[in-house]
Amino acid sequence: MNSINKNTEIEIKKKRERTGSRGRYTAAFCLLFALLLILLACNFGIGSIRIPLEDMLAGLRGRAIESTYENILWQIRMPRALAAAILGGALGLSGYLLQTFFHNPIAGPFVLGISSGAKLAVALVMVLLLGNRIRVGSGTMILAAFAGAFLSMGFVLIMSGKVNSMSMLVVCGVMIGYICSAITDFVVTFAQDADIVNLHNWSKGSFSGITWNNVAVMGIVTLGATVMILWLAKPIGAYQMGESYAASMGVDLRKLRVMLVLLSSLLAACITAFAGPVSFVGIAVPHLVKQLFRTTKPLVMIPACFLGGSVFCLFCDLLARTVFAPTELSISTVTAVFGAPVVIIVMIRKKKERG
Amino acid sequence: MPDYYFQADHLSVGYHGNAILKDVTIGVDRGEILTLIGPNGAGKSTLLKSLAGLLPSLSGHIYLAGRELSDMSGRELAKKMAVVFTDKMYTEMMTCEEVVASGRYPYTGRFGLLSDSDLDIVDESMKMTYVSELKNRDYSQISDGQKQRVLLARALCQQPELILLDEPTSYLDIRYKLEFLATLQQLTRERELSVVMSLHELDLAKRISDRILCIGNSGIERYGTPEEIFREGYITELFDINPQNFENNALYQYIEKLENDKTDFYPTK
Repeated sequence: MNSINKNTEIEIKKKRERTGSRGRYTAAFCLLFALLLILLACNFGIGSIRIPLEDMLAGLRGRAIESTYENILWQIRMPRALAAAILGGALGLSGYLLQTFFHNPIAGPFVLGISSGAKLAVALVMVLLLGNRIRVGSGTMILAAFAGAFLSMGFVLIMSGKVNSMSMLVVCGVMIGYICSAITDFVVTFAQDADIVNLHNWSKGSFSGITWNNVAVMGIVTLGATVMILWLAKPIGAYQMGESYAASMGVDLRKLRVMLVLLSSLLAACITAFAGPVSFVGIAVPHLVKQLFRTTKPLVMIPACFLGGSVFCLFCDLLARTVFAPTELSISTVTAVFGAPVVIIVMIRKKKERG
Repeated sequence: MPDYYFQADHLSVGYHGNAILKDVTIGVDRGEILTLIGPNGAGKSTLLKSLAGLLPSLSGHIYLAGRELSDMSGRELAKKMAVVFTDKMYTEMMTCEEVVASGRYPYTGRFGLLSDSDLDIVDESMKMTYVSELKNRDYSQISDGQKQRVLLARALCQQPELILLDEPTSYLDIRYKLEFLATLQQLTRERELSVVMSLHELDLAKRISDRILCIGNSGIERYGTPEEIFREGYITELFDINPQNFENNALYQYIEKLENDKTDFYPTK
């Protein structure tokens, strides 16, 4: 009798040990969700015209409220905030995939020049089509951005075969980014059309001027990509431990690599098509999330990076809109202030580990 | 049909079409240990990589359990064969238990979640290599010797029938070297595990191996039982040792003893 009790006790103890880290994950997910809701509410309510909380809640429930409030809430702030949440999540995930792919902690769609490649392709397509008085839809923008992102990714891949240090790879990416940005600026500067002059704002990165139609398209693309990434969580986990380890576990490396490249390019393209290039979110978010959850398990990291990216971008966009209102800052100005220090800390830590 | 459980026939291995080793024909049965010895840079690791199917071989055939290796799916292969190689492993924020549990990969479902029986196998594997107390330690914080034992536990967790190891004992002190090899030996008897490994400890290779493959600077030199390999003058020749450098130096007796002492073949078998 006694020994049976003892055995069950041991079993229970084992169970408790095994579920120990789940408590931390749950708490961290709850924290991110709470932050997401709070920041969404702030983004809906705060601005040049402040919408009181009760009006906002009534408006969200579909009740009639003052028409100025209703217009601002439904036509301007909601699509913008949702776009920041969706695209922020996409950025966080895209950064996570690239860091995994290159085994490089300072990889991200912006530093590797992928965002800038997408930006260039979008600018060229817009100038060309608008010049001929053809309207440009969300789908065309995403396709153009995807082509651009994919081409830059191709360049980065060729480079990664030639340089084997991770800082050199990033330097190459930054250079590709500069070249693409320079050509974009050139094209935009010499474009006369009023529509194209608007490109100037977009090419600096901004969540303004997003329509519900845009939100629907980016939502579908991002959701699809996220589901695919979750589906690949297991082989991604093996790949994270090293290529030869993954191969010895029976992972089809070639297929996985192609999928990682396609999915990270697609996400980066989606962001750039709607908001222009947004810096540092892709690098910083995976690190912050990793520290919060204290794990690198993909099944946790994938949703966590998405939520973390959403929270980060909502916060930065709130600041971009309100700090110097009515003047609006470009989103990258704000994300760089919070994201770049994270990158510096990561690099110093890596140095310490080696030394 | 192949004669052995695991067999290589006229295998050529190397990189970019340049063969480093040619015409390798070896085999191990269930429960046998085959050891590769030879100087650094001779191609032991390259051969092991090819045998594991991680490096495409240039010509020849590899058979495992009666089937050609290249016809097996990655998952099938991973259930039969485990490897412990020296490639860099990225284990950020992983505990030793998580590293060991990564060996369950071929058995887990779509999302790689571990069942209770998976975790029991993890516990048991860690016990076998004496690393249970490291369970919750960060893998990157433990010593190289401890890492080698954790990696063996990871390989065991894969419940393989064949295990390939590349210099598995290089960072271990003498106690753990002996314990490590004793664990392998025990597994060959209890679970009929087949082992192919490279070793630098010739005295231990002589005692533990069923067969030894000698890889010299000019390719495969000899293949046979320890009695056939350890003969007068051969180790000196394989490693290109110049006895004149050791005139009147007692250190050289180590080699002479290895070559001439007939008392230490399989004392444990």
